[in-house]
Amino acid sequence: MPGPQPVEQAKVTAVPAPPAPLLRTSSGEIPDRVFKSAMTACGLAVLAVLGLIIYELVQRSGLSWHAFGFKFFAASEWDPVNEHFGALPFIFGTLVSSLLALLIAVPLAVGVAVFTTEMCPKVFRGPLSFFVELLAAIPSVIYGLWAIFVLVPILSRYIQPFLQKTLGWTHLFDGPPFGYSMLAAGVILAIMIIPIISSITREVLMVVPQHQREAVLALGATRWEMIRIGVLRNARAGIVGGIILGLGRALGETMAVTMVIGNRPEIAKSLFAPGYTMASVLANEFSEATGDVYLSALVEIGLALFFVTVVVNALAQLLVWTVTRGQPARGSA
Amino acid sequence: MPETVAIGARTTVAPISLRRRVTDHVMTGVAILTVVIVLAPLVAIFGYLLYRGVGSMNWAFFTETPKPVGEQGGGMANAIVGSIVILGIASLIGVPFGVGAGIYLAEFGRNRLGKAIRFTADVLNGVPSIVIGIVAYAIVVLYQKHFSALAGGVALAIMMVPTISRTTEEMLLLVPQSLREAAYGLGVPYWRTTLSITLRTATSGVITGIMLAFARVAGETAPLLFTAFGNQYWNLRADQPTAALPLQIYVYANSPYDDWHRQAWAGSLVLIILIVTAIAAVRYAVRRGSFGTA
Repeated sequence: MPGPQPVEQAKVTAVPAPPAPLLRTSSGEIPDRVFKSAMTACGLAVLAVLGLIIYELVQRSGLSWHAFGFKFFAASEWDPVNEHFGALPFIFGTLVSSLLALLIAVPLAVGVAVFTTEMCPKVFRGPLSFFVELLAAIPSVIYGLWAIFVLVPILSRYIQPFLQKTLGWTHLFDGPPFGYSMLAAGVILAIMIIPIISSITREVLMVVPQHQREAVLALGATRWEMIRIGVLRNARAGIVGGIILGLGRALGETMAVTMVIGNRPEIAKSLFAPGYTMASVLANEFSEATGDVYLSALVEIGLALFFVTVVVNALAQLLVWTVTRGQPARGSA
Repeated sequence: MPETVAIGARTTVAPISLRRRVTDHVMTGVAILTVVIVLAPLVAIFGYLLYRGVGSMNWAFFTETPKPVGEQGGGMANAIVGSIVILGIASLIGVPFGVGAGIYLAEFGRNRLGKAIRFTADVLNGVPSIVIGIVAYAIVVLYQKHFSALAGGVALAIMMVPTISRTTEEMLLLVPQSLREAAYGLGVPYWRTTLSITLRTATSGVITGIMLAFARVAGETAPLLFTAFGNQYWNLRADQPTAALPLQIYVYANSPYDDWHRQAWAGSLVLIILIVTAIAAVRYAVRRGSFGTA
């Protein structure tokens, strides 16, 4: 809609407006208004859904909140029979498995992104990024299935004994090499978040201006020096954004983790010990929860998970935006 | 001509030291190694999936319902149909709202409300699917008093909307402004312009977004656990607990029976074929259509 002033002026100076278009617009006005309100309603529905999520989570976790308060997040006892609920083991499990996943995934994902944008012959660029993104298309439950039958046996037979022999002194790898463990959860999560981190990193690397590279090369740098000084340094904020987006994904990932982590609410120092995450406890216990306090405690875990992932994702979007200047990053396709 | 200048210039530059050259080669090697390590699980997963899945598929898998514990045989026919029903409900709810919200954002959304909706859609995209499941449980299951395909559909629809609305917006914004002006200049009302000119032009891109959203939710398990819940028998009613392929895979994978493991692999192969076909269709459409950057 143009401002009112030019219209006024046009009316004064021009010959009287032809009647036909005027008639047409007046007859089209009501459908136009209906159309606009319908589309606005669809847009508002998006807001309403988020509002509904927050409302339901807050309202339904009230019982647990009143019963335990802040201690809910500090207590480590999870005893549905006696209705003592503390979320600490799940928070611990979620954090440790996600951080372990980042530790494994970040170097690999950044390496792949650097290779595809800076080193790879142009012919392979498309197929390579397609294959990496294919990893993102595999459903979580299939990752879990594969992890149960392939990854866990490999871990318990080869990787765990090896880690115990070489790094046993850290006591991070104590206990029997049973396979189902925090380590297994971290590894499967790493495989799952690599495509997100690497596709965002690739996007960010691609918006680094070409003349940055040329300038560094012109100073006599080798290709690696060009990547390090001219590319990675400029893309730092965006890469960190991609990593945090991967973290957000890892925190909320449910099925694959539930299938391999062992599901025991314990805080153990060893990565070989079974653990439990916030998302897995929801998956396992929500539909069987008896008693209002039990259900309410589970919803409160859901609320905490929601809150953390929203903060993490908002932070990541902000960081990616500072590099790509407002073009939305497509992390979670 | 410029080439000769460059070659001439290079001779005057001091030779690159051995250490720097070695570092360069080593880092190239490291980058190639990361690609190999990342592609290894992909190859392993698809290879194993094909190996176990193809061997496990048989006619009964597609025609029969699960057998009771301990009995051999049976199939996932009810789960395949259940998945189709749930995804159908999800698309029926999610696509109109998603496309509508996308139209709002592209055509009317240059304001604060538009900004808020855009931000909200991005936030929703990052909400863990299990949390969406809780909400669908709270608003549908508790209301109906039992698990249902409808609840599963609602959960998946909530997950589809952000993806569809954001891609629809992007695609509509790619349509040249002159097309809208031309239609408007001919006296076509704005709603007709948007639906028959703008949306029509961007169709292939919008469908890309829909298919991406579909592929994303097709394999979702977590939000179905306490909404659709699963079912051992046939069910075509939207208000009853319904089996779904991902749920059945989950239950069978965690079971101790070899025959169920076999069926879990077959189910996974069917699921992945569904998803990869959707994505391949998207890629094909994008390559052919004039719009779409996904």
